[in-house]
Amino acid sequence: MSDTSENRISIRTRLPAFLRRADPAVLTAFGCILLLLFMSSLYSSNFLSLNYLLQQLKVASFLGVVAAGIMVVILLGHIDLSVPWVMTTGAMMACAAASFGGMGPVIAIPFGILCGAAFGLLNGFGVAYLRIPSMIVTLATNVVAQGLMVVYTGGFSPQDSAPPAVRWLATGFVIPGLPNAILVWIAISAVMVFLFTRTSFGRAVYGIGNSERAAYLSGVDTRRVVMIAFAISGALSAFGGVLLAGYSSKAAQAMGDAYLLPAIAAVVLGGTSILGGRGSYLGTVAGVILITLLQSILSVMQMPEAGRQIVYGVVIIVMLLLYGRTPPNR
Amino acid sequence: MSEWRYWLNEQRGTLMGLAIFLLMFAVYIANHPAGLTANVAQTAANKGVLFAFVAMAQTLVVITAGIDLSVGMIFILTNCLASWIVVGEPLPTALGVVAVLMAGMVCGAINGLLVIYGRLQPIVATIATGAVYFGLALLLRPFPGGSVNEDLADALTGRLFGVIPSSLVALAAAVLLVWLPFRRSRLGRAAYAAGSSEQAAFMSGVPIRRGKFAAYTLAGLLAAMGGLFLTFFTYTGEAAYASGSGYTLWSIAAVVLGGVSLYGGRGSAVGAIFGAFAARTTGDMLFVFDVDPLWQPLLQGVVLMIAVSIGSIALLRVRNRLDWFQ
Repeated sequence: MSDTSENRISIRTRLPAFLRRADPAVLTAFGCILLLLFMSSLYSSNFLSLNYLLQQLKVASFLGVVAAGIMVVILLGHIDLSVPWVMTTGAMMACAAASFGGMGPVIAIPFGILCGAAFGLLNGFGVAYLRIPSMIVTLATNVVAQGLMVVYTGGFSPQDSAPPAVRWLATGFVIPGLPNAILVWIAISAVMVFLFTRTSFGRAVYGIGNSERAAYLSGVDTRRVVMIAFAISGALSAFGGVLLAGYSSKAAQAMGDAYLLPAIAAVVLGGTSILGGRGSYLGTVAGVILITLLQSILSVMQMPEAGRQIVYGVVIIVMLLLYGRTPPNR
Repeated sequence: MSEWRYWLNEQRGTLMGLAIFLLMFAVYIANHPAGLTANVAQTAANKGVLFAFVAMAQTLVVITAGIDLSVGMIFILTNCLASWIVVGEPLPTALGVVAVLMAGMVCGAINGLLVIYGRLQPIVATIATGAVYFGLALLLRPFPGGSVNEDLADALTGRLFGVIPSSLVALAAAVLLVWLPFRRSRLGRAAYAAGSSEQAAFMSGVPIRRGKFAAYTLAGLLAAMGGLFLTFFTYTGEAAYASGSGYTLWSIAAVVLGGVSLYGGRGSAVGAIFGAFAARTTGDMLFVFDVDPLWQPLLQGVVLMIAVSIGSIALLRVRNRLDWFQ
């Protein structure tokens, strides 16, 4: 036992300083990305072309925005299962607002995000003040959001095509060659890193994830922090939905269904503990890229859906076994 | 203090589940145009039993303070498998049933191995295995189809003596043959103890690992029973992603409605069965009140929201604020 830990220390001391400070889980995740790219380049050299990689980053940015939100909640030791329909709500409401007269296109994006934040607040209120397990509140919110959207789209035929501003945000170019969606992801990432490392809110999130009692006794208004965290998660889910609507140029029912599990998987593969309190944002970025690459490579290889699901599941399990294991508690 | 108080305290969650179900079912029956006939009971039972099996499966895992997000996918996988092999003469049919149940147990055992010996978090590990199980289901049934031994199917979804829905009898048999022996066994106690406090259970020499493993494996078995019944109702196998994840989500709701603590160590599968029937009745209720089907998901969501919020009334009784943050 002591032998191996000594070995590990000696390996770590031989690494350059920036590697020594980095989280091993994050390094493994980036290592897996490189390995994946290397293996796929053996299949076809197109996988290494700049176009393909930029395209992948663009697709990854939708998942990245959603995962950034869910990471805040996971760091608290909670979970947000309302992602699928909050995403759809955000997308649909943004498209709906755009058809509202002259002001419509201007308020479309903020309105979609606001709707997501409202659902997030509902989640947060249930978790923080009513003390209902997050898994069950967010589940109920998901069903409520789904119900609202079914009523909304069923009663009359709504405006569902994405307004130009939304499309521009997802597919346009401010910097030639670099899709805006990637810029949005970078901007949100910068805000998240600032939030996690430089604000008392970020400290409080990590603190609550480790022990809510201790955080409360240290004078943190833990319930407010939890509520705000869920609101952030809802807002970012909705924003992800808005971007996705811009990418596919319309909002559709169940468009968010394919995002919940990959988002959770991305956060966890990035080394964030699902029990909360531990994890770095860089890891989540790595997890998002990893998941997106995996999905893309499997579909480029024209593997049928069944095989894709199996490989996807097996790869996640193997990677978790590699570095996602909880330490033995005895 | 007499014994029954302890018993009542222990069964409080289950009794709450029963009360919620009875209340909803009474409202449902009172407003049903036909009243409580054998036919109405049979339909209600058949629809509820599917939820009940999956909810029982979820309970076993939740008791150990875990969660099984692959339970709906095991349900779908066994449904697809059954649509291939539960056919023909009585003997092949019987072998097919055994094979389907075994397949479910294997799925559950894999979850258990990953969580206990792989030391993975149950949430993510079962998300991943769920993807694998769904992939296998798609391999078996890329398109809906297949068939099932219709004599057996009709026998298990019909009525015994013209009155009792036989699916309820099968559910009762599962409770008597799987749940109660487990609950009363050493392994079952170990599963409860592991969910309640793993450290304390370990210190007391309780076989936590074997207890948890048994819980996960039996959860797979119960989900497979649900999958078999789905095949008996529909006569086909279908790998529908939405249906699988829907059953997983509603199984969690049913478990909570049935008074099982998501933090582990408290509750019983019987409570979860009532929770499942209650969840199922919300759907039927909208039918008798003649609500526009468009509004159904929204009303279901609102009912679910109210039902889970009721539990927070207990917060008013908390004297020490620190007890909020357990």
